[in-house]
Amino acid sequence: MPVNTQAIGKTYDPAVYAVGREKIREYARAVGETNPVYLDVEAARAAGYADVVAPPMFAVVYSAPAVGPPIFDPEIELNFAMMVHGGQQFDWGALVVAGDEITTTATVQDIYERDGRGYYVFRSDSTNQRGEKVCRATWTNIVRGV
Amino acid sequence: MAELSSGAQIPELRVTPDKYQTVRYAGASGDFNPIHIDEEFARAVGLPGKILHGLWTMAQVARAQTDAAGGPEHLKRLSVQFRGMGFPEQEVVVSGTVREVSDGRAIVDTVAEQTGNQIIRNAEAELSL
Repeated sequence: MPVNTQAIGKTYDPAVYAVGREKIREYARAVGETNPVYLDVEAARAAGYADVVAPPMFAVVYSAPAVGPPIFDPEIELNFAMMVHGGQQFDWGALVVAGDEITTTATVQDIYERDGRGYYVFRSDSTNQRGEKVCRATWTNIVRGV
Repeated sequence: MAELSSGAQIPELRVTPDKYQTVRYAGASGDFNPIHIDEEFARAVGLPGKILHGLWTMAQVARAQTDAAGGPEHLKRLSVQFRGMGFPEQEVVVSGTVREVSDGRAIVDTVAEQTGNQIIRNAEAELSL
């Protein structure tokens, strides 16, 4: 079955994520971070930040509400059971700290087939409450046996 | 912070995810795909057992970069390809080499290996100096 490419260029409604201090700390501990700017409010403030800083890969957390809908969009017909995460890129801008509100918009960047596998490439663009870019992410999902 | 001149190695990062690492990461990240947290489910779909979240492993690659560069504000870009599978209770080793330095930015070629298999490969980080 050929991949359905009609959704290329489709953009989804923005999703807003409110960044909590304890969520940053939970995430930082789960990935083994020990830098006190992620974990300790006083250390973060002493380093010049308003609150604890999100590790760069916390982008996964604040982007998630926006990148879920395209994966499950019936128009895309992505076979989730056969999906593997093939590649990932993040381009970071302003740092995210606890108290920020991050707005993320997801777009279908590309859908194509190669060697019997479907490639579904989604992009997400995240900005903070001041309109500053905090992250652009490219998510490449591969579906076996399309 | 580490010296980031062309050809330099970043300090190696070694971490052994314990048996429950994938459960903690699932809660922290919101990714509850059962292949990461349910041994029986993972085996039922043909995997040898629970596998690590690729984005947890990518977070280890990111941590090696921010540790080398002196903090999160230095990591400007990270791109990776996921290959194979990572497993709990086996050591993950992140290594990297500075390929070039120009205009205050270092480009690092970096990989994550587990028992000799590259589970993240062709990864490239851009660090501000």
